[in-house]
Amino acid sequence: MADVTLNTVSKSYGPGSEREFAVDSVSLEIANGSFNVLLGPTGAGKTTMLRLVAGLEKPDNGSIHIGDRDVTGDTPAQRNVAMVFQQYSLYPHLTVRENLAFPLKSPLLKTSPAEIKKRIAEVAEVLRISDKLDNKSIALSGGEMQRVSIGRALVRQPEVFLMDEPLSSLDAKLRSELRLELKRLQADLGATVLYVTHDQIEAMTMATQVGVLHDGKLVQHGSPREIYENPKSIYVASRLGLPRINTLPADFFAGAPTAAATIGMRPENIVIDSGQPGAKSGVVDRVEHLGDQTRLHITVQNHSLVTLIHPTLNIGRGDSVSLLPQSPLYFAADGSRVL
Amino acid sequence: MSYSITEPSSRQKKVAGSLVILYAFITLVPLFWVFMTGFKTPPDSISYPPKILFTPSMEGYVNLFTTRTRVSPERLQQLPPPANFAEEIVRNRNMVIVGPSKYGERFLNSVIIGFGSTFLSIFLGTLAAYGFSRFKVPFKDDLLFFILSTRMMPPIAVAIPIFLMYRKLGLSDTHVGMILLYTAVNISLAVWLLKGFMDEIPLEYEEAALIDGYTRFQAFYKVVLPQAATGIASTAIFCLIFAWNEYAFAVLLTSGTAQTAPPFIPTIIGVGGLDWPAMAAGATIFLLPVLIFTVMLRKHLLRGITFGAVRK
Repeated sequence: MADVTLNTVSKSYGPGSEREFAVDSVSLEIANGSFNVLLGPTGAGKTTMLRLVAGLEKPDNGSIHIGDRDVTGDTPAQRNVAMVFQQYSLYPHLTVRENLAFPLKSPLLKTSPAEIKKRIAEVAEVLRISDKLDNKSIALSGGEMQRVSIGRALVRQPEVFLMDEPLSSLDAKLRSELRLELKRLQADLGATVLYVTHDQIEAMTMATQVGVLHDGKLVQHGSPREIYENPKSIYVASRLGLPRINTLPADFFAGAPTAAATIGMRPENIVIDSGQPGAKSGVVDRVEHLGDQTRLHITVQNHSLVTLIHPTLNIGRGDSVSLLPQSPLYFAADGSRVL
Repeated sequence: MSYSITEPSSRQKKVAGSLVILYAFITLVPLFWVFMTGFKTPPDSISYPPKILFTPSMEGYVNLFTTRTRVSPERLQQLPPPANFAEEIVRNRNMVIVGPSKYGERFLNSVIIGFGSTFLSIFLGTLAAYGFSRFKVPFKDDLLFFILSTRMMPPIAVAIPIFLMYRKLGLSDTHVGMILLYTAVNISLAVWLLKGFMDEIPLEYEEAALIDGYTRFQAFYKVVLPQAATGIASTAIFCLIFAWNEYAFAVLLTSGTAQTAPPFIPTIIGVGGLDWPAMAAGATIFLLPVLIFTVMLRKHLLRGITFGAVRK
């Protein structure tokens, strides 16, 4: 395992004047043994960054180091990285066992048959696919396929694991199981992982570091908690948190700094019926009972807000409630944070 | 009674089944007639009305593979008894076998030229199709159109230039010449068909192989080729059928050494007219390699039909 460093890496596509930056001078340090999640909407450049590290794309500018080695010009094979793709990843003409053996048999690793057998048995045990080893890979269910493709990365001892939304095509139950499994494996192996997702739960639960991407730029990099509690911009604040952060004009509540244009309130940071001065009253439009929590959709002077309340509180549709922000985040007109 | 939108009703199935059987009947009757004629005696083969029931004879096959000469009945009496069934058949017509016919050689030429050009078309076609499918090739669309345009006129339209060119180059009546010619005709079909199949194979498999430690060529060889097997098999059948059945260029450019079976079969002349049973026997044997080849690749052809039906 090794650390990975990206140094002002850029990659653009398209002809001449229509060139668009998929990755725009990104510098990023991924520490050895850390679980890094790249978060961003579709088209933010997450997958391109992963492919740049894998060597499937060559950067226009900048350099990429794995460990002490400059790998900018290396082929994927020379980099010794393992990658789990979102889909299509298992070789359909091979069995599960052959799929797992494929990277080990490569000219890069040239593993002995006994060693291959041993490693496959270990990985199959961990991923609970031992009974599927002789199945054709296309005869598996979606969850099994994805476990095998994670297994194909695990049989190796690569410098870094790259994962491109590996859980996105699975159903909710399997996703949460595999999420835990992956995190446990990563911790046990002390593996360096670069993980792309747009699922904030995956980002929050698995990551040691989260990088938020916006239009090819890395806008913030830090621990999940830091990014959640201390976002640098309104964009970052709205990437994490479910339901999303509520935004209102800054002067809606008293006490905003002068530079602020927008006030951001996490749903859990809105106090209901505090009885304190400065509270605004609104009407409940909709109540969502999720079991462990209840979400209120409230209209306050033509603005919609979402807030969380304790499920035992009995508030219904049409009720009037008063609202007060608690430790709100303020943002300037350009979206940057005002402290 | 249950009703389904997707399942055909039993009446629809019967109509569809009858149509298939009718079509099969229409296409198989001439083949069956050729097969039967091969086992008729020459008089039976030209009798009118045609004989459906007849006593089978190996005369056609014996005549196909031998050259014979007529001898007087007195001479025939002096000969030792016939060594095998072939000699016996021939002597009944007052003739003796003097040697093998050229059919074996011509058949072998067909095999060499047919399979040789099919192999070359598929080999070059696969590499070209992969290149066109995966890489940025300058003027890609124009090149592909040019390759297709070589099929826009009937090949025989350029017969005279090719004839003159081959004479100058010393390629007339050579195996290499015929292989090159059939490859040139087949390669456009091969490139286009195979490119379609290559395009269907997701790029992710090769990328996975690259990351798994393989070179580009190894990824092509180990991951792309096995998945293109279906396309390669069906393309190979098309190429083989063309090269195997080609008649016009074979007549024009070959006469001896490299002559294939199609121009040879009609020249089988018997006593007092064309030897229909021998010709039919030649045609029957000539059909076999393509039949066997197709049956061997049948599994891939069927898979070719269901290609793309799996979850993507």
